[in-house]
Amino acid sequence: MADVSANLAHLTPVHRLGEQAFDLVAEIGNMAIFSGSALAWMMRKRPSWANMLPNFYTIGVSSVPVVAITGTFIGMVLAVQAYTSFAQMGLATRLGSVINISLVKELGPVLAATMLAGRVGSSMAAELGTMRVTEQIDALAALGTNPIHYLVTPRFLGCFLLIPLLTLMADFMGVIGGAVVSTQLMGVDSFAYWKHSREFVGGVDVLAGVFKSFFFGAAIALISCHRGFHSRAGAEGVGRAATEAFVYSFIAILFLDFTIGIAWNNVYATIWPQSATLL
Amino acid sequence: MTRVEAPARGPDESVVEMIDLSMRFRQHLVLRDIDLRIKRGETLAIIGESGCGKTVMLKLMIALLKPSQGVVKFDGQDLSRLNEKDLSQTRLRFGFLFQMAALFDSLTIFDNVAFGPREHKLFPTEDLPRLVHERLTEVGLPEGLESKKPAELSGGQRKRVGLARALALNPEVMLYDEPTTGLDPIMSDVINELILQTQRTKKTTGVVVTHDMKTVLKVADRVVMLYPIARLKPGEPQILYDGSPEGLEKAADPRVRQFVQGEAGERLRELAQGRGEL
Repeated sequence: MADVSANLAHLTPVHRLGEQAFDLVAEIGNMAIFSGSALAWMMRKRPSWANMLPNFYTIGVSSVPVVAITGTFIGMVLAVQAYTSFAQMGLATRLGSVINISLVKELGPVLAATMLAGRVGSSMAAELGTMRVTEQIDALAALGTNPIHYLVTPRFLGCFLLIPLLTLMADFMGVIGGAVVSTQLMGVDSFAYWKHSREFVGGVDVLAGVFKSFFFGAAIALISCHRGFHSRAGAEGVGRAATEAFVYSFIAILFLDFTIGIAWNNVYATIWPQSATLL
Repeated sequence: MTRVEAPARGPDESVVEMIDLSMRFRQHLVLRDIDLRIKRGETLAIIGESGCGKTVMLKLMIALLKPSQGVVKFDGQDLSRLNEKDLSQTRLRFGFLFQMAALFDSLTIFDNVAFGPREHKLFPTEDLPRLVHERLTEVGLPEGLESKKPAELSGGQRKRVGLARALALNPEVMLYDEPTTGLDPIMSDVINELILQTQRTKKTTGVVVTHDMKTVLKVADRVVMLYPIARLKPGEPQILYDGSPEGLEKAADPRVRQFVQGEAGERLRELAQGRGEL
């Protein structure tokens, strides 16, 4: 055995590259098993309310202020940036349609998800990472409780069920922010602003954003919990898990936004072919 | 969930068995070809240098880790063959005192001690306060701690709460991972007394991983000494000693005597030369 250890100490760059590729595949497989296990536990046994409610509060209620503020400012910034160009073309009254469609279909869901990944995802990874390092996760298992069921399921449900509400909150605040800046500061006619908004932004657009947010919430919860569960020892390991949780979640949000956006548009065009040109 | 009761067996029967057991973390082999049987009712101490695999062995006994090779049996059942539900029920027959107690930070002391019985519905909810009070009293903790969080307690108090939490499940086998580490000599002796008290009053089987020779001499019926694989000669077994605590001082192997006497010997020079690092 000592010979094997000695050989492994003298790996060539090719070996190291192979080892990294192997690690990557193993990590993806590990993530898949972890996600499968979390989803399976959700079907088998609902966590207790005593376990779920604190998580729901942390994920949902505590995120409201930051999501509301971000949404408001994004709507306001969109109005400020778009106004000049639209006014030059004589289309200032159409500002509402552009701001609101951007908000409800893209910016609202993505920003709410990004805020959730930053505020809640990294916090979950750090908390679970600390629990891993201090053997609290082992203690749960030793007490006959499945750690994934006890720790991951309530967090998954919190993210999955509450992010659509946070998205709607971001949408609403962004719409209000954009409208206030456009009509009160830029002087756009309020009636025309809302009239064009109603013409171009429908319930399906809001639904498109909300639909995506479910996937964002699921990805944030699974990635963050996975990083926390597999945190390395020490303060550096926990910090790294928190950082990775945010970075990986953000990449997943953008990737899901792109793929679900394409899929949604295709489905929409299939069901209502005459509206394809509007998309 | 109803708890599985232990089948009636003789005192000489092995309650935990490790057969041809090896454990590897990536390229690092920690345990090799371990054969160990723990009899019902005995208290076994596992000693050895840091990093030689003592805690790993403890976690393998309760299936918190899966062995790379070999079998771990509890009451004759191969733990690797149990499904999730049966494994969970089997774990309820163990108590585990973790090195740093591993209390749940977000829960109060009451909720920590009541965690196992409440999660598995082993007691009616109205009986939980009495159970928690009894367990905390058993480990010498005063009233009024129940509403505190673990961060508000001293190291010795946390250890005792950890022990109370483990005992709340009325385990058949108690696993202690370095129970006296980080405690002053008096508190260490208090923990040793509690281990003895648990063994006497609850008739539990005990496995104590420790570096503390006072603990070994006070609580153990039998001692096993593990040695780091990296420092073994080719073909040597990893268990250097398996016998009574009294026999340690007179062990034939000088490495056992060196460990017991806590002498550095040539170790500092070896470490400086990069030899013997784990």
